[in-house]
Amino acid sequence: MEGLFIQTLVSGLLIGFLYALIAVGLTMIFGMMDIVNFAHGDYLMVAMYFSFWCFALFGMDPLYSLPAVTLLLFGLGILTYYLLIKPIINAPMLSQIFVTFGVLIFLRGLATFLWKVDYRMIPQTVLSGNIHLGDVYIGIPQLTAAAGAIICNGLVLWFLKKTRLGMALEAVAEDKEAARLMGINSDRMFALAWGIGIATVGVAGALLTSFYYVFPEVGANFGLIAFVVVALGGFGSVTGAFAAGIIVGLVEVLSGFLIGPQFKFMFVLVLYLGVVFIRPQGLLGKK
Amino acid sequence: MKKGIIVLIIFLGALAAFPLVYQDPFPRHMLIMIMLYAAMGIGWNIIGGYTGQVSFGNAAFFGVGAYATAILLVNYGISPWLGMIVGCFFSVALAIIVGYPCFRLQGHYFAIATIAVGEIMLLVFTNWEYAGAAVGIYMPILPESFINFEFHTSKLPYYYIILVIFVAALGVSHLVERSRLGYYCRAIKEDTDGARSLGINIQRYKMIAFSISAVITSICGTFYAQYVLYIHPTSTMDLMMSIQLCIICLIGGLGKLYGPVIGAFVFIPMTELTRVYLGSEGQGVDLMIYSMLIIILAIWRPQGLWAIFTRGTAK
Amino acid sequence: MTKDMLIIDNITKRFGGLMANQNVSFSIAEGEIIGLIGPNGAGKSTLFNCISCYYNADGGRILFHGADISKKTPEAICRMGIGRTFQIVRIFKEMTVRENIMIGAFLKHVKLCDATAKAEETADLFGFTEKLDLPAGSLTISDQKRLEVARVFATEPKVLLLDEMMAGLNIQEVRETTDLILKLRDMGITLVLVEHVMEGIMPIANRVIVLDYGEKIAEGTPDEVVNNDKVIQAYFGKKYHAKRRGRTAPLQ
Repeated sequence: MEGLFIQTLVSGLLIGFLYALIAVGLTMIFGMMDIVNFAHGDYLMVAMYFSFWCFALFGMDPLYSLPAVTLLLFGLGILTYYLLIKPIINAPMLSQIFVTFGVLIFLRGLATFLWKVDYRMIPQTVLSGNIHLGDVYIGIPQLTAAAGAIICNGLVLWFLKKTRLGMALEAVAEDKEAARLMGINSDRMFALAWGIGIATVGVAGALLTSFYYVFPEVGANFGLIAFVVVALGGFGSVTGAFAAGIIVGLVEVLSGFLIGPQFKFMFVLVLYLGVVFIRPQGLLGKK
Repeated sequence: MKKGIIVLIIFLGALAAFPLVYQDPFPRHMLIMIMLYAAMGIGWNIIGGYTGQVSFGNAAFFGVGAYATAILLVNYGISPWLGMIVGCFFSVALAIIVGYPCFRLQGHYFAIATIAVGEIMLLVFTNWEYAGAAVGIYMPILPESFINFEFHTSKLPYYYIILVIFVAALGVSHLVERSRLGYYCRAIKEDTDGARSLGINIQRYKMIAFSISAVITSICGTFYAQYVLYIHPTSTMDLMMSIQLCIICLIGGLGKLYGPVIGAFVFIPMTELTRVYLGSEGQGVDLMIYSMLIIILAIWRPQGLWAIFTRGTAK
Repeated sequence: MTKDMLIIDNITKRFGGLMANQNVSFSIAEGEIIGLIGPNGAGKSTLFNCISCYYNADGGRILFHGADISKKTPEAICRMGIGRTFQIVRIFKEMTVRENIMIGAFLKHVKLCDATAKAEETADLFGFTEKLDLPAGSLTISDQKRLEVARVFATEPKVLLLDEMMAGLNIQEVRETTDLILKLRDMGITLVLVEHVMEGIMPIANRVIVLDYGEKIAEGTPDEVVNNDKVIQAYFGKKYHAKRRGRTAPLQ
């Protein structure tokens, strides 16, 4: 019993890191331009299909195709910005909601059309296997994903806080006009934010493909969890998203363990509603 | 304005006469679905269009209406008409319970919270044994009668019942638009702080609008349960259904009285036809077509098709 | 002095460590025109938002006809008869001029036809008769500001708080605005005007209250206030003040 409990905690922690990685792009984009990307989870789905096909067509392991997938998603993010987001950047909120929601439906429709609703999974990857630590089993893919998530989130944080480009990005987020006067092209910065924001989902998708099914609706739940994580951590807060990701991971597995697996997602949503009602700005968000 | 009334009378007259002239079941079914979605779209428009609160959880009211009717009929043999009233009651209760905390959230936050509420409802009903869990509920086959709300030989009675619901919803929407409530809702949509400075209790009017929206949607749920005679969680509470309601309003024109009507008349045939012509090979194509429509409309013509219809004629 | 209708009693408002208002007190009698002035960042708008309850003060009371209103909501304040406008106009831009005023009129007139009649009557008073069907967003800034007053006037307030009515207006428009304010006063409305620029309100205000760094530094008739040392210092800085002193000293 005790062993099982620790096992649960460990797996919650591991998936929590991944949730944090999925959410970090969402929170970054929101923090910069006050736009919620409702299609965020569906970019994850696209990334997962890319890594799946790299395996199915070229026999490339998801771990090896990760850089390519990340780059592709980076390009997709920039394309999305110039094609769809730029025209609505100052539009009423309703238009913004509908455009990113439109992208969500489009990506799901495209995936359903191209690949049908089948669940696909890569049977054997280079990471397959378990580590034993006493009574606790840890899947190597999960462990790698968590490690990858930590590294990637760290890189994003380092980029935003320590590099010139990252600081320019933050400057635009702070005050568009002032940044323009300092010679920062806000348009390019926004595109970059979309590129990086979607690329992080690419990393998450590639890592996830090693141990999770791929299907057109896979983004729905992950996307919703990303919203919960972002809202919990505070919209725009990268560190908040990291903390909230772990909380959500733990709440999910614990409620699954204690109450019943069919309710685990419900508890995450209830937690989300509870926090937002008490503290609309999230745990670490600025008012 | 006069011209508008004449067009409306001709349109409703044609709708009423249609099944008498054409006996085919398929167009009848299509029109029933169009009117059902138009009525629900009108319900969504009151909260989403007039008041500007994008709700992705309206399907929950549809589900509550359908389930209240089904549970009362199956377990207690209570007439669906009473079930309809009970469904409305529960839907309003849900609207108030959800609205009270959610309406403190603004914009995106509200939209996400409604998704969460909708998903919670879906999960509750999927795991609730009493309500048939994931399998859902089959309605008992009762003798054909108005009181039983079941008709097996012809779809004609269903057609006229949904026509009445549709016209009633349109009437309610018209009354809302031409009343203090409607003006206040539009003020809230445009500028919350400005509205408060004029003595408008934001929470209260959002709540009233949400409740009206819930009642209309819930009645549609009852109708659906009796029309299809089989309900399950994903057919009545799916997020996709809530999204479809937004799309219908967006296509036709957000916050316009006839917006959802135009939207339903364009959207429902489009999805039905893509389904018929593309079959299972084309699964997903309908999604792609209407998602592109949403994006194009949201970027270039947020006023919807209604604006194209009225362009050039009097305001 | 007649009975005080609005009493600001020791109002304090903090934002984190910043003291936006510190123990500000003054009172307003029925039928007065009060000017609330001070340099940028003096806490005028904060005080204004406290009186109209957009902020809840951290300390002190606001008495309206003897009742404490400091913990109420903005909409309740409006219903009690205190109307306000905003520094940056918040009219409903997508609606027509008529509809904008109707939203205000609905407070006291529930029926559509009554509200319409009230709105058109108000529009006449504010010179919008010709522009009733224009979208509010298409008006000039000075018209938009006037529309905001008309809109809140339609709620039939006893007190009007006008935030920076004259900012950005040309001389002609400033004149029109002063005339309008006097007209409102003659109709029995008590007015509180927040202004950054003193010129506009000096000729019409009965009394002026001066804020600086969140505190009240002076109160009195316009003449008293412009000659007040603290006020001159606040507006022109110590240096200028010293120079002026130096220049005027020998004359004494």
